Amino acid sequence: MAPKDDIDPASLKALLSKEKETREKLTKKWIPNFFETPFWRSIFRHKIDDTPRNRSLAVLSNVFLHLQPAKLNRDAVRYAFCWGMGGITFYLFIILTFTGVALMFYYHPTKADAFRDILFLKNDVPFGNFLRNMHRWAAHAMIITTWLHQMRVFMTGSYKPPREFNWNIGVILLLVTMLLSFTGYLLPDDQLGFWAVTVGTNMARATPVLGHEGPGIELVELLGGKITAYNDVRFALLGGSIVDANALLRAYIWHCVALPILGATFMIVHFWRIRKDGSLSGPAPVMLAAEAGQAKGRR
Amino acid sequence: MTHMLAAFDWHQLLHILTEPDNIPIVLMMLLIPYFLWYGFREAAAHDRLIAQLEADPALAKTHHRKPYPYHPAWDKTLHTWPYLLRVEFLAAIIVTAFLVLWAVWLDAPLEEPANPNLTMNPSKAPWYFLGLQELLVYFDPWIAGVILPHVVLGGLMAIPYIDTNPLGNGYYTWRQRKFAISGYMFGFLVLWVLLAIIGTFIRGPGWMWFWPGETWDPHRQVHEVNRHLHEVVGVTGWVNIALFGGVATLGILGALHLLADVVIRRKMPVLFRQQNFLQYMITLNLLAMMLFVPLKILLKLGLNIKYVWVTPWFNV
Ligand code: HEM
Repeated sequence: MAPKDDIDPASLKALLSKEKETREKLTKKWIPNFFETPFWRSIFRHKIDDTPRNRSLAVLSNVFLHLQPAKLNRDAVRYAFCWGMGGITFYLFIILTFTGVALMFYYHPTKADAFRDILFLKNDVPFGNFLRNMHRWAAHAMIITTWLHQMRVFMTGSYKPPREFNWNIGVILLLVTMLLSFTGYLLPDDQLGFWAVTVGTNMARATPVLGHEGPGIELVELLGGKITAYNDVRFALLGGSIVDANALLRAYIWHCVALPILGATFMIVHFWRIRKDGSLSGPAPVMLAAEAGQAKGRR
Repeated sequence: MTHMLAAFDWHQLLHILTEPDNIPIVLMMLLIPYFLWYGFREAAAHDRLIAQLEADPALAKTHHRKPYPYHPAWDKTLHTWPYLLRVEFLAAIIVTAFLVLWAVWLDAPLEEPANPNLTMNPSKAPWYFLGLQELLVYFDPWIAGVILPHVVLGGLMAIPYIDTNPLGNGYYTWRQRKFAISGYMFGFLVLWVLLAIIGTFIRGPGWMWFWPGETWDPHRQVHEVNRHLHEVVGVTGWVNIALFGGVATLGILGALHLLADVVIRRKMPVLFRQQNFLQYMITLNLLAMMLFVPLKILLKLGLNIKYVWVTPWFNV
């Protein structure tokens, strides 16, 4: 069906502008424009009409948004380039921080309480079970998105100069992310976490020279020392020779305090460096082998 | 084989796949292939453009050099507000909705209270570390649990400093970076993800190997006798055994070095010329180790050879 076109454009335009005029007159008179109140203007200092200047100011004058540049490569918003994976990883970290803080209100890191606190969360705390599920699944998801993010950074060669150092910050973030997840695993103090952490930390027994079952402890004996189950790296990780109350406390402090601070710190550096290294690496114009001063050849 | 097909245990398979803590790895097994396809599709588009520009230098001078729509009158940049922020906002909503649905649908697991006297069988690390736990079958803990993870981290950190290829910085391509991309994908997909998948879905009670569909029977008897390389060859006396193992291990590593060296020199002369000696040696070392790991896995799985180097102090 062809669109009906029986109103002539000129009169339509006139009609619309009349309508707008009346509307503005009414609102100006009866409802002061909220965006022009002193209250609003005290928070957001720039005007709100849609001009290039205000679009930039919206980003630049906002402490959270100014993490990002005011303008970006027009192709960088294509989903195909960065898949949004770094951003999603960061967003999951924020979700984990919020749900994690809420969980902390109900959790005591002691052998007597920990498991019961989880039961309490599951069965009695309003939305406690939902909170715990969100935290658990967001943690798993963050591991996956970190891996995918790294894969995309690799595939786009984004670790090449000048971003070598930021790739290394990324490797640290990868480690922190996995350790965060791992330390959280013990906290419910159930069979799953207990045995996972037992298996995981048992490997530390075998650390060369520093673990009591590792190769090279003879070297320490030559120097007059002795590495036992009570002074090796595993003991340092667990605060004991078995996974028990001290291990629970250590996991808790790593999980809720130390690692989040470390992770957040390195994320700040990561984001800062993205900007300092010239924002996203691409999508960049392709470079030809001849231009790189190379002969044609396989690589 | 036939009895295995006849007794295909769907129930067991479904049980492992839908274990709440295994759902993420099932999700990952869908996401990784999808994003691989997505990335390589982008790479193919760029590679077609590269081929076209290489064949036509005049075009290369004027072309905008991206496989995306282009018009000289268009701005080269966009405002973050609204063009990026709306995408981020949308992504945040989708992720939130997805997580909410997931959290409503599926409860996080909670087993019985921790009990040191009641060993879980199998006792497994969280799924993202199961690649390392699987390596425990093939290597002693000091290698699988301590040395190899550090090599992985160190190797990852070395990547930007040993990859001297200036091409492919900021765009997807396969043609210009075949070597780097294959190396990374082998490490990530085979040595990390595949091993984690094996650790999650194939390893059952007693860390025994169960094919998908086999029942996880904790009482299954395994009639494998581990041998060591020196026993196969027939070396005796601990000094001889230790010497033999050292020569064999270093020999294998050396051979893998040589193999990598020859392949790089023959097939990738450009790469070879760009790296300095130190960079080249680090590359060869990392490659040799990345090949040594699967070789050792095959020795164990195929020939039941556990150690290639036995000494009174450590085994490899
Ligand atoms: C907690 C984990 C991480 C967070 C929150 C994070 C966040 C981000 C974000 C938001 C970006 C902007 C572009 C994008 O979204 O792709 C980015 C870029 C980048 N990330 Fe990460 N990242 C993390 C882990 C990693 C890892 C594991 C690596 C690599 C080993 C890495 C290396 C990089 C590099 C090199 C860039 C610059 C990419 C470019 O310019 O195209 N990051 N990261």
